[in-house]
Amino acid sequence: MGFEQFGVVSFTATTKAEKFVDFLREGKVCGTICKACGAKFFPPRSDCNVCLSDDMEWFEILGDGNLLTYTEAMYAPAGFEKDVPYLLGVAEFKDGKVFGRLDKSMLEDGITPGMKIKLKVVNLEEGRVSYELTAA
Amino acid sequence: MPKVGVVAVGQSAFVRSYPGSIRELAFEAFRDALSGSGINANKIEASLICSAPEYDKQRTPAGLIAEYLGLNPQPTFYVESVCSSSSSGLRTAYALIASGLHDVVMVLGFQKMSEISSAESQERMGRGADIQWEAPFGTMMPAYYAMHARGHFTKYGTTEEDLALIRLKSSTYGVINEKAVFRKSLTLDKIMEPKYIATPLKMMDCCANADGSSCIILASEDRAKDLCEKPVWVKGVGMATAPINMAGRDTFSGLKCANLAAKRAYDMAGVGPKDIDVAEVHDCFTIAEMMAYEDLGFAEPGQGKELIRNKETYKEGRIPVNVDGGLLSKGHPIGATGGSQIRTIVLQLRGEAGEIQVPNAKTGLVHNIGGVGIYGNVTIFGVD
Ligand SMILES: [Zn+2]
Repeated sequence: MGFEQFGVVSFTATTKAEKFVDFLREGKVCGTICKACGAKFFPPRSDCNVCLSDDMEWFEILGDGNLLTYTEAMYAPAGFEKDVPYLLGVAEFKDGKVFGRLDKSMLEDGITPGMKIKLKVVNLEEGRVSYELTAA
Repeated sequence: MPKVGVVAVGQSAFVRSYPGSIRELAFEAFRDALSGSGINANKIEASLICSAPEYDKQRTPAGLIAEYLGLNPQPTFYVESVCSSSSSGLRTAYALIASGLHDVVMVLGFQKMSEISSAESQERMGRGADIQWEAPFGTMMPAYYAMHARGHFTKYGTTEEDLALIRLKSSTYGVINEKAVFRKSLTLDKIMEPKYIATPLKMMDCCANADGSSCIILASEDRAKDLCEKPVWVKGVGMATAPINMAGRDTFSGLKCANLAAKRAYDMAGVGPKDIDVAEVHDCFTIAEMMAYEDLGFAEPGQGKELIRNKETYKEGRIPVNVDGGLLSKGHPIGATGGSQIRTIVLQLRGEAGEIQVPNAKTGLVHNIGGVGIYGNVTIFGVD
């Protein structure tokens, strides 16, 4: 199974970064690091725009991040209607910023920019897989 | 750099659903620009057709529209930077003329958004962001701008009421703009109704989809003086870009591409924010206008709310902004929007803006953003 299994609706079937989905199935949210120059990328890149190398290895985004911003979407584009309302946000981790859905249960305790965040993998319908930002 | 002047401007009415095809919609702005200008198709040496392509069944609209406007066999091509397509078109026209390649160039922006449903439209606009890493979460433009609103609120203490004041200003002028799609008078209570689209943005913080077209004709210095009694000169064309992915952004309280584009435009024009007499900014959402105040230097970062609280951006204020109602009232037909903003500024600098005329406007600015701060175009115009 390839990259089309990522997220609620995927618009990309083929990418050299499709191992991202395999790592999600192992419970890991991963970026890439350039073996030639050490540049770190999230979302993962297959090509280094710093030194032009395509020799990459994967690293896991670990630790707690800091929520930078979020929104609760009350409407959705075509294909996402059944999820409404849902949360989208950005958090900053030691190794980079991560954009994604926030765990809906966070609404109960309140969400504040600056709060501590960790990443978790979520299994969706029909074998699809994604990740969420949740309270640390 | 050689001087390049705007010699004619036109715009269709912006409407919910245009009762015609895209070629006919394009013709509306073309006719409006040419009527009474003494310019005809034979004088136009090249045309740039600007829109976002995903709305049309027609592949390669430039060829179709050039033919319908009677512009064959002159060169034509398509320019796209989503919502700022026609400002990118103006930038390209400037280069074509300043290089000496052509003397008279037309920039025609159009969008018939009603070709598709509103949900399909949101989905397509969401795909104006990173489709590999972000769209799978269900992204859409209001959510992206909402995250910037939250970023601005968190950093500077801006409130939903501050954003509502921007919409109130917009409606003040939308009511009197015959070409606007939204002409209803609004009250603060109405604007503050808690109909959230993506928190903290509510229904009235968002502009409406619209069908529309705009047309700008530019010429070299000699030809401009020949063709037009009151040419308006392009003084600075600033453009900058920022990462499409939110993970690549440094800040959620402003748009870096707009700030850098403004700096480039000011430097080229040899002016600063205090020299601007009237401005059109890309208020696709109220927060976008708030950030524009700060990104353009009309206010210090975090002080944009004081500008609107003190009504400084009204027609009578220190720096009038969007006194034609802006995108919030006019509607936002993607490819046509930049040209409509440029038209407003050109009319202001010619002293032909009627009821919304800012007295003695000599220097004007257009801020036109593509995507959520992917493309920033800032263009400065002057009377000499
Ligand atoms: Zn490298």
